[in-house]
Amino acid sequence: MKEQLRSFITSQLIRDPGYPLGDDEPLITGGLIDSFSLVQVQLFIEETFGVFIEDPAMTVQNMDTLNMMVAAIEARKTQG
Amino acid sequence: MADVAFTQAGTLLDRARQLYRDRPDRLAVAMVGHDEDRTVSYGEFLTRAASYAHALEAVGIRPGDLVVLVLQHGEDTLYSFWGAMLLGAAPSIFPFLTEKLDPARYFDSVQQLVRLSEVRVVITYRELESALRQTLAGIETLRAILAVEDLQPGGDVAEYLSRNPARPEDTAFLQHSSGSTGLQKGVMLSHRAVLNQIAGYSEAIDLRPDDVVVSWLPLYHDMGLIAGFMMPLLTGIPLVLMSPFQWVRDPGLLLRAIHRYRGTLCWLPNFAYNFMALRVRDRDIEGVDLSSCRAVINCSEPVYAESHRVFLERYAPYGLKTATLMTCYAMAENTFAVTQSPLDRPLVIDTVDRHILMEQQQAVPVELSDGAVAMVSCGIPIPGCEVCVMDEGRQLLPDRRVGEIALRSNSMLTGYYRRPELTAQAIFEGWYYTGDMGYLAGGELYITGRKKDLVIIGGKNIYPQDIENLLNTVEGIHAGRSVAFGVPNPQLGTEDLAIVAETDHQDAEKRAAMLREIRMLVVKSMDVAARYVHLVDRGWLVKTSSGKVARRANREKFMGEVLGLPDDSFD
Repeated sequence: MKEQLRSFITSQLIRDPGYPLGDDEPLITGGLIDSFSLVQVQLFIEETFGVFIEDPAMTVQNMDTLNMMVAAIEARKTQG
Repeated sequence: MADVAFTQAGTLLDRARQLYRDRPDRLAVAMVGHDEDRTVSYGEFLTRAASYAHALEAVGIRPGDLVVLVLQHGEDTLYSFWGAMLLGAAPSIFPFLTEKLDPARYFDSVQQLVRLSEVRVVITYRELESALRQTLAGIETLRAILAVEDLQPGGDVAEYLSRNPARPEDTAFLQHSSGSTGLQKGVMLSHRAVLNQIAGYSEAIDLRPDDVVVSWLPLYHDMGLIAGFMMPLLTGIPLVLMSPFQWVRDPGLLLRAIHRYRGTLCWLPNFAYNFMALRVRDRDIEGVDLSSCRAVINCSEPVYAESHRVFLERYAPYGLKTATLMTCYAMAENTFAVTQSPLDRPLVIDTVDRHILMEQQQAVPVELSDGAVAMVSCGIPIPGCEVCVMDEGRQLLPDRRVGEIALRSNSMLTGYYRRPELTAQAIFEGWYYTGDMGYLAGGELYITGRKKDLVIIGGKNIYPQDIENLLNTVEGIHAGRSVAFGVPNPQLGTEDLAIVAETDHQDAEKRAAMLREIRMLVVKSMDVAARYVHLVDRGWLVKTSSGKVARRANREKFMGEVLGLPDDSFD
């Protein structure tokens, strides 16, 4: 899951597939992607993992790193 | 539809007095996006504004004083803006701190503004109050920092409205140029200019009593402040308003609001057409009917025909009509609109020879083919405004010749606040020189580019020199050996920010750390993400004969060598 997200973000959002994106690297506060891209991440998560993360949860505090995104997805999966 | 009463008003306060008298119970603003909509009548609106006037008066605010609002996009901003105006003081909205900006840098830019412009009062939230007190300590011209939470009801609105603290030629408010801290310019707009703009623009879009404006636009920008706030409020048209931050997370909110309130008019920057076409889920707009829309007006970024196409394709099934797609060319220096495409006929597209446009700065009509470029018209000058195209010697150019766009109107800025040298540079023999390049053909205005190296990303103005100044602080990059510019992104319908910097470091890890540092620095200072950050060896950058880095030549080189794209600039 994390690798799929990583590859989506580096290829589609950062547009640099070779970018060595770390698990805890800040994406938005690190200036790698903009806030508009969060909506793209949300749609990708829904299409790829079948998990809908509601709009109020799509914030910088909740979704700034790969690990945070994975945690958000896992949390909703277990809530089932 | 500027009615008789409107044209009799000499100031915005005269108009507010009429509205308070004639329609106290009518809907002024509906705030949407929360669990329940908040609807506010003219009576309540002005009463809430009066409580701000009361608080400002208590700390000694007088006519002509400057009041800066450091607030989120919401009701407090609307009321405090008008509260300052009720006293004849000039309000100005400062973009609010975001999660991405570095607070220290942000407060520093507030401090610069307050110090240089002799701001008398800053209105903010309790949460920022102590940080602002620290930052602004020792500035003698500042009288107070007010927190909205401490506001007490009070102030007699009728009494305030009877005072007449301002004359038509006095400054009603300031619009600050966004983005640049180093080049912060306050555009002074008089009551007369704002009323003239609203009268002229209302005529240009044939504003009607049954219109409803729906907007998510930020209020610190001219499009949001005028089209998405002052014009509807002052003409008695209901305004349906939402926060840009909520819209970004849930872009369908705008469409649901149009449906629910039978919205007729909406202004959007170009990127929003692509964003909304791609990022709204079907299930978020189930049953939405957009057929009430009379015009969706593309403004404040270069217009891409393709953006209109994808937007229409996505929303035609929801009742959006082709005839609603309109354009406008606007700037804070003219209060707002300069030109507008007439709403009673389709947008004009001018197909011209790309090569001749680029090489000879002439727009020669051709049939649509590979070497042709389809230029979308920005419309015709609004009533009260004249537009012409000038050559470098500031002499008038004929139709279809590309030059700098200049304008003369009854809604122009009085000047830049406390920057007479900038005012003198921009206004020459009564004409304001916009810095935008374009041509006129058959009365229609076409924009081809910009004289100044400005990058517009998602409607936000970014000055490359600000980014380059930031890069001077990065270890390993020599001062003056970096360049920033915009690269078109047709998929997003806006520009991407690109940065190229020279370094002597060869170590890959060191370079990767520098890339991270640059991206982080840019977002924390400018609130924008750089799409391309490219480190190169010494000698890569093209320099001018005087040894300065040439932005345009480097942009061309980057687009060709790194992205493999042809240069697309017309000038």
